[in-house]
Amino acid sequence: MTAKIITVTSGKGGVGKTTTVANISVALALEGKKVVCIDGDIGLRNLDVILGLENRIVYDLVDIVEGRCRTRQAMIRDKRLPDLFLIPAAQIRDKNAVSPSDMIRLCDELKPEVDFILIDSPAGIERGFRNSIAPADQILIVTNPEMSAVRDADRVIGLLEADGKNPPSLIINRLNPSMVRRGDMLSMEDVFDLLRIDVIGIIPEDENVILASNKGTPLALDGKTKAGQAFRNISRRLNGEQVPFLDLNHQNIWDRFGWRR
Amino acid sequence: MNLFERLIGKKSAKNAKERLQLVLIHDRIDLTPLAIEALKDDLIAAISRHIDIDPANVKIEIETEGRSQRLVADIPLRSTPRRRTG
Repeated sequence: MTAKIITVTSGKGGVGKTTTVANISVALALEGKKVVCIDGDIGLRNLDVILGLENRIVYDLVDIVEGRCRTRQAMIRDKRLPDLFLIPAAQIRDKNAVSPSDMIRLCDELKPEVDFILIDSPAGIERGFRNSIAPADQILIVTNPEMSAVRDADRVIGLLEADGKNPPSLIINRLNPSMVRRGDMLSMEDVFDLLRIDVIGIIPEDENVILASNKGTPLALDGKTKAGQAFRNISRRLNGEQVPFLDLNHQNIWDRFGWRR
Repeated sequence: MNLFERLIGKKSAKNAKERLQLVLIHDRIDLTPLAIEALKDDLIAAISRHIDIDPANVKIEIETEGRSQRLVADIPLRSTPRRRTG
């Protein structure tokens, strides 16, 4: 096996990077792929809680880098999905404890053993971002259809271009189809028009994302919600399948009355 | 959205897109509108030394094509008949 290394980044904070990493990782593991996800946000770790694995952390990324444990020991296996592992970020330590070359070395070590390595980048364009993109084969930019998120996404795309990275792909998260219909939210076409990078997924705004994070069970674990389906579709596209985008304009009678299923 | 915008049917998404288009151009080239004005003045001065142009109608614009920008200058020439010396 030679893993494909995918980094999820955004520039702006709070657009859904961690949710995206958790759900794509789960969806890939459901398809039988062996997946390791790495939380690159040192000092502000969150991927553990979104995955519901926060109680099982013993060692973290900084412990691996500083040689206090073997890589294996810091990999938490998800009991629901035996092929999914998490390497959590350290919580209260020096942000400079990890360097881009540390990340490359860690990924090189994991590469022969897994199919996918997903890295959750912190917001911003500093050290943690640099660490997260250093080993990446493919970069996914998460944005929301909103002024500041699109602007920051454009900055990050520019930085990646300047760095000579492969062109990133775009995930448009929290799209509200009825606001788009009213002309009060940028559409997928608008965002594409502005950023001009390949769109790999559109996730509709969905209350279930909050419910899922409350429970620590990512939506993609069951395919019943629109957002969960959208994440599953992204994982299939990452596997090279051609999957059409969800039809977000279709409203059934339950959606019209705001019924949550 | 105020009442006027509601009446003329201007939607906020359209507004967002237009504003972002401008913001992104300036972010990408790292040049403020003022700096572009200064560039325009320099350009007019330089070209005027060689050829007679109409400075009032010079247009400098940044055009976007995909993710790349180009500076497009439209410089009308004055059609003065060629002066003969001697």
